[in-house]
Amino acid sequence: MLWACLRFPGLAFSAAFAAVPEAGPSALLDHKARQRLIAAANTEASSLGVRRGQSLAAARALCPALDVRARDPAAEERLLTELAAWCYQFSGHVSLVPPNAILMEVGASLRLFDGWPVLAEKLRSGLVEQGHAHTVAATPFAAASWVFAASADGMVLPDHEGVRRMLGALPLAQSGLPAVAVASLQAMGFRRLAEVIRLPRPELTRRIGREGVNWLDRVQGHASDVLPAWQPPASFRQKIEFDAELDGSQPLLFPLRRLTRSLANLLAARDGGVQRFTLTLEHARGETTHIVVAMAAPQRDAERLFELARTRLERASLPAPARAIELDAAELPVFRPPVRDLFEPVRGDGLDWPTLDERLRARLGDAALRQIALVADHRPEYASRYGKPTDTVSPPRQRRPLWLLRRPQPMRPEPAAVLAGPERIESGWWDGGDTRRDYYIVRTAQGQQAWAYLPPGTLDGWMLHGWFA
Amino acid sequence: MNAIASTPLAQVLDHPGIWRRSADRQPRVRALATGWTSLDAKLPGGGWPQGALSEILYEHDGLGELDLVMPALAALTQEHRRVIFVAPPYLPYAPALAAAGVDLRFLHEIHAGSTEAAWSMEQCLRSGCCGAVVGWLPDIDYRSLRRLQLAAESGDACAMLFRSAEHAAQNSPAALRLKVSNSDEATYVDVLKSRGLLTTTAPLLRMRA
Repeated sequence: MLWACLRFPGLAFSAAFAAVPEAGPSALLDHKARQRLIAAANTEASSLGVRRGQSLAAARALCPALDVRARDPAAEERLLTELAAWCYQFSGHVSLVPPNAILMEVGASLRLFDGWPVLAEKLRSGLVEQGHAHTVAATPFAAASWVFAASADGMVLPDHEGVRRMLGALPLAQSGLPAVAVASLQAMGFRRLAEVIRLPRPELTRRIGREGVNWLDRVQGHASDVLPAWQPPASFRQKIEFDAELDGSQPLLFPLRRLTRSLANLLAARDGGVQRFTLTLEHARGETTHIVVAMAAPQRDAERLFELARTRLERASLPAPARAIELDAAELPVFRPPVRDLFEPVRGDGLDWPTLDERLRARLGDAALRQIALVADHRPEYASRYGKPTDTVSPPRQRRPLWLLRRPQPMRPEPAAVLAGPERIESGWWDGGDTRRDYYIVRTAQGQQAWAYLPPGTLDGWMLHGWFA
Repeated sequence: MNAIASTPLAQVLDHPGIWRRSADRQPRVRALATGWTSLDAKLPGGGWPQGALSEILYEHDGLGELDLVMPALAALTQEHRRVIFVAPPYLPYAPALAAAGVDLRFLHEIHAGSTEAAWSMEQCLRSGCCGAVVGWLPDIDYRSLRRLQLAAESGDACAMLFRSAEHAAQNSPAALRLKVSNSDEATYVDVLKSRGLLTTTAPLLRMRA
């Protein structure tokens, strides 16, 4: 067993600032403190002297332009779950350690990922790309990994004795013991964990309580940790609410990117794809806008999902500024990567039809791409329509033009010669599209062959309906 | 050893790794049979050049210009390869398409304005998953034509472009240029330009006579 622990010191900050990125000095307020205290500050605010534990009034005095938001525990939990989903691609056993850490068993994954250095690099580059500050440590004991992730970033210790030696050297404040226990031990003159571990057990239990002793056992691997394994959910629904109303589609792109990335993380964890999802924008007065993003085949790539959602969002007309955006994907079908013959030469971009279809639809709109279906109807206008073709209808035996005019128009000049006809077409009384025409194949003076009709019993008033192109 | 020994010599020499100096010096043009025997006979490779742009310049609608390409397109759809119509000037009429042998399940139409049409055509050609892309782009310029030719090469697709015969005098990077015209109540097809063909004898084909 090798437990890797990822800690995200900036998680509370990222969660509170998910909807709108911070601009300029910003800080986070602790939700628990009775006094309004700063819980975290970004670099710009820190450089102006804003510190953790300061009162809000003091911070405001140092930096009047400070953007302050309250901690959002629900959002923090969501973000942690989302990170767990992403970690799930590296390990089958991922466990959440609220408020801001994740434990994962990587011993079984080491061979697959070519050892710890490669795996650690993948973890780090992935998290950096998603913009999460993090620290990581790996040891055979979950609790020890959690302790070292905070104090010794990047440490990996596979042997049990080594871990115990390192623990011994740890200052008490960093040992993860309850704060009360740490305070009383320090009052007794203890500095390092090794000195505490050497104490007789009954004595120790009396001083730091059963809880503290248990913790020491877990850290040293004498007691095993029971860690609930996180399971990826079967659907995805996430909402980001904004502090201010956002007008137009451009400011929505930032939260949209977060949502699609989060969805992609879940898809990677489930080894699934998504074929259809809905974006819901909430406006003032309970108005909502729904944008459906549908794909020809299941997708899972974060960038691709974002691009598709973005083109749809930009095309949609929003009636009012938005207050919240929600992404809802109810069905996450199994993702099947396209199968290609090993020996088949790849032509051009090597796209398959669903991908090309999507690319065209995203730019041109759904209505621009269509197929032509044959319909069993006598009337020329109804024999062909846009829709999904079937192969059950057989074409009429008479000659028909390849081009049909959108609507018949008077033919000028009149045809030079009649090549065939008349063919009377008469039907449609049942649906109000009553037609009674004599169709001819005619030739114009320029040698064009046309499909034209006359009202029955007349010899002028030629109407052009198609070209034998 | 025996397997090779028993194969006819011609088959062995057909191997793409074998180059014979004495063979026909003409570069081999891979082509898609047009379905018009007299036209096939005159075109290098025996049909529409594959991985290249062909232009069909026609004087008027209804001369049989589309009939010229239908057999090849029908054959492609029957092999379950996609054929795309980009910005056709009229409604492609299903009864006639079906009668010509087109499997409608593999025919797609893209409805687009002129700039989007050129973009769509290029995307389809480049994608590598379309057998033929047929476009109606009346006001396409030389640069875009060149892009289409390159896209057709890269995607190994058959690009067919319908334009007015007015453009016949203009320079074009297309591999094949045909002109469809009418006189004396018959339609004639002339080859204006054909890569790999040195002499042209006009007219090549007389249709609808």
